[in-house]
Amino acid sequence: MEKKLNLDLNVIQRGREAARKIAKQVQDDIILPNTTVTVERTVLRLLGVDGVDHQDVPLANVVVDQVHRGGELDKGIAYWVGNAMAAKKMTAQEVAEAAAREELHLLDIPTVSYDQIKQVIEVEAKRWTDFIFEQRQERVNMQKALGVGRTPMVYVIVATGNIYEDVIQAQAAAKQGADIVAVIRTTAQSLLDYVPYGATTEGFGGTYATQENFRIMRKALDETGQEIGRYIHLCNYCSGLCMPEIAAMGAIERLDVMLNDAMYGILFRDINMTRTFVDQHFSRMINSAAGIIINTGEDNYLTTADAVEEAHTVLASQLINEQMALNSNLPEEQMGLGHAFEINPDLEDGFLYEIAQAQMAREIFPKAPLKYMPPTKYMTGNIFKGHLMDALFNLTGVLTNQHIQLLGMLTEAIHTPFLQDRALSIENAKYIFNNARHLSEEITFKQDGIIQRRAQEVLNNAVNMLEEVAELGLVEAIETGMFAAIKRPVNGGKGLEGVVAKADTYYNPFYSLLKGGVE
Amino acid sequence: MNIDMKNIRPYGDTLNDGAVQLSFTLPVPAGEEAKEAAKIMATKMGLEDVSVVYMADMGIGFSFFVVYGKSTHSVDMTVIKVAKVETNVLNFYQVNDYIREKIGRKVSIVGACTGTDAHTVGLDAIMNMKGYAGEYGLERYPEINAYNLGSQVPNEELIKKAVELNADAILVSQVVTQKNVHVENLTNLVDLLDAEGLRDRFILIVGGPRISHELALELGFDAGFSVGTLPPEVASYIVQTLADRF
Repeated sequence: MEKKLNLDLNVIQRGREAARKIAKQVQDDIILPNTTVTVERTVLRLLGVDGVDHQDVPLANVVVDQVHRGGELDKGIAYWVGNAMAAKKMTAQEVAEAAAREELHLLDIPTVSYDQIKQVIEVEAKRWTDFIFEQRQERVNMQKALGVGRTPMVYVIVATGNIYEDVIQAQAAAKQGADIVAVIRTTAQSLLDYVPYGATTEGFGGTYATQENFRIMRKALDETGQEIGRYIHLCNYCSGLCMPEIAAMGAIERLDVMLNDAMYGILFRDINMTRTFVDQHFSRMINSAAGIIINTGEDNYLTTADAVEEAHTVLASQLINEQMALNSNLPEEQMGLGHAFEINPDLEDGFLYEIAQAQMAREIFPKAPLKYMPPTKYMTGNIFKGHLMDALFNLTGVLTNQHIQLLGMLTEAIHTPFLQDRALSIENAKYIFNNARHLSEEITFKQDGIIQRRAQEVLNNAVNMLEEVAELGLVEAIETGMFAAIKRPVNGGKGLEGVVAKADTYYNPFYSLLKGGVE
Repeated sequence: MNIDMKNIRPYGDTLNDGAVQLSFTLPVPAGEEAKEAAKIMATKMGLEDVSVVYMADMGIGFSFFVVYGKSTHSVDMTVIKVAKVETNVLNFYQVNDYIREKIGRKVSIVGACTGTDAHTVGLDAIMNMKGYAGEYGLERYPEINAYNLGSQVPNEELIKKAVELNADAILVSQVVTQKNVHVENLTNLVDLLDAEGLRDRFILIVGGPRISHELALELGFDAGFSVGTLPPEVASYIVQTLADRF
């Protein structure tokens, strides 16, 4: 790729080095010593535990809660469920069902040896990780057979609340030209400490992420993909209090893209820091093994703050997300780092600054399938101007070779998209992508011109910020409000009660098994 | 131009031509029958000389239309009455001076996007330091203690905070809603305040793109502000209403 911004490679290197230091400290001090209830529930799901009890509580919650209440989760749920499986000659699912019927208490069963436990668990765990690798291969095969959309790939959202209505909208979007369909979650789901079960038809501003809903939408998009001869990617939200569980469900049901940010939950959902760092790590290991592209949430920094003044926080966060993802074994080709087109449209030369930011991300992360977010903050209800702003956004996307273009809707800030809104947005994007297809190859930016200088300035500010954060430590930086001007204390936030310090004998077979999946 | 205020009609390029443009989707496949259906639909909406200028297949046997027509209806402007916030708008300095002189203590304001709404754009425009369109937000006012509770705040939590912080006013923002969930949510807040006997303790304000002062009054709020409202307008209303209540 041609470099157009004359960015100083040494400065980029300094930024990466600072981010590496930041991520390493979090990895050593927070992630490795701890586990969480949702990580442990994920282990159960990856051992085949599914379903709910008579009160609709997921069996994974029933079992983990039983052990957590007994204060013994620090050994890892795999140890306890493995013990029950070995002692009672049951499957993990049978153990969970018996626990739900209150016929079995995992801590009351006489313990067998570690070797026996490992023997039963490794077989089961390998079966499920192999299934995830098979699903990954299935994606590769289908993509080869059907083909995939050209980049920037067109990403749209459906959000009716009813999975069956979502299917209609998603299939229509695919036929209109969408490459990626995201099913927005019902707004309160990120703060639920369990994953709801079954097909759902009620939600506010979105639809519950459940394994059954994943399955229904996957099937529908595969059918449409066959019909139109293009693989349609399915996206959901691996965020909130159940990050790794959603990742596991997505890996099993062959989702292709997952929202998955290292810090979003802390800053914007007030979820506890330790909880989020541990959860994002395990969830990214699963996404990595499953070949799922993650999308990070840097656009959020610009919806709450000024996009010109705070542009460097986007790059700083991208670099931190990159290093944390590497610590989870996630390859660059799966890092859909986020950024956004959110500069005030009244600003003179704002379009030039947008190009500078987007091109800068492209050059600093050359292999990443960058995820570019549309204008939302200055969308007013003037749908005509909004459509025009989306056009400039699309032009920037194709000009700077973005990989995933989340289309703006002309009715942004009014309502969740109508069928026609989505069609008009796709038409807008397709027109511009096609009409300006090779524009980027024809254009260079003026030496020391506005665009080059802007990118260099943002890079410098980001690196200075990262070095300051590296000096302080990420925890303290967040505590003092260095990100998005939001302060979060290390011992505050939701989900802290679900964090457990690991015992020396902690057992979780998936940390090593999942690494086997990388080609 | 001689405009008849008793009979206002939409304006295209000639007075009283009644010109209207609209777009909609019908759940039928594109074709001559669908086009006719769109035309009949527009006629039933009160348009005449209907012309369907664009039809497109939406991919699943639905079709999208752009339609023009002339409205057969007119509106009598002379009888329209709309409830509006009536207080004078003071600027940043005047608001602070007003508080010093007429209230004599700091004014406490709590704001939140409530229910399922995660869109803080409107609330931030009014409350954040930086403000909006060159006007500082309430956090910047030296005589105001402003507390922005952020998004997806349950009504119960908002009330608890308002009591705890001894708030004079509560600002609720509702931006993105679906199937009128915002109305339900706003009503619920008023009901909760009523039930706890707290309704008269606060100046209760709501803002958002689908909010009008009239709707706000109807739902039991003291005032409603729509898109384009600037921080001093909200501050002016609060401090003057507060002074009146003393």
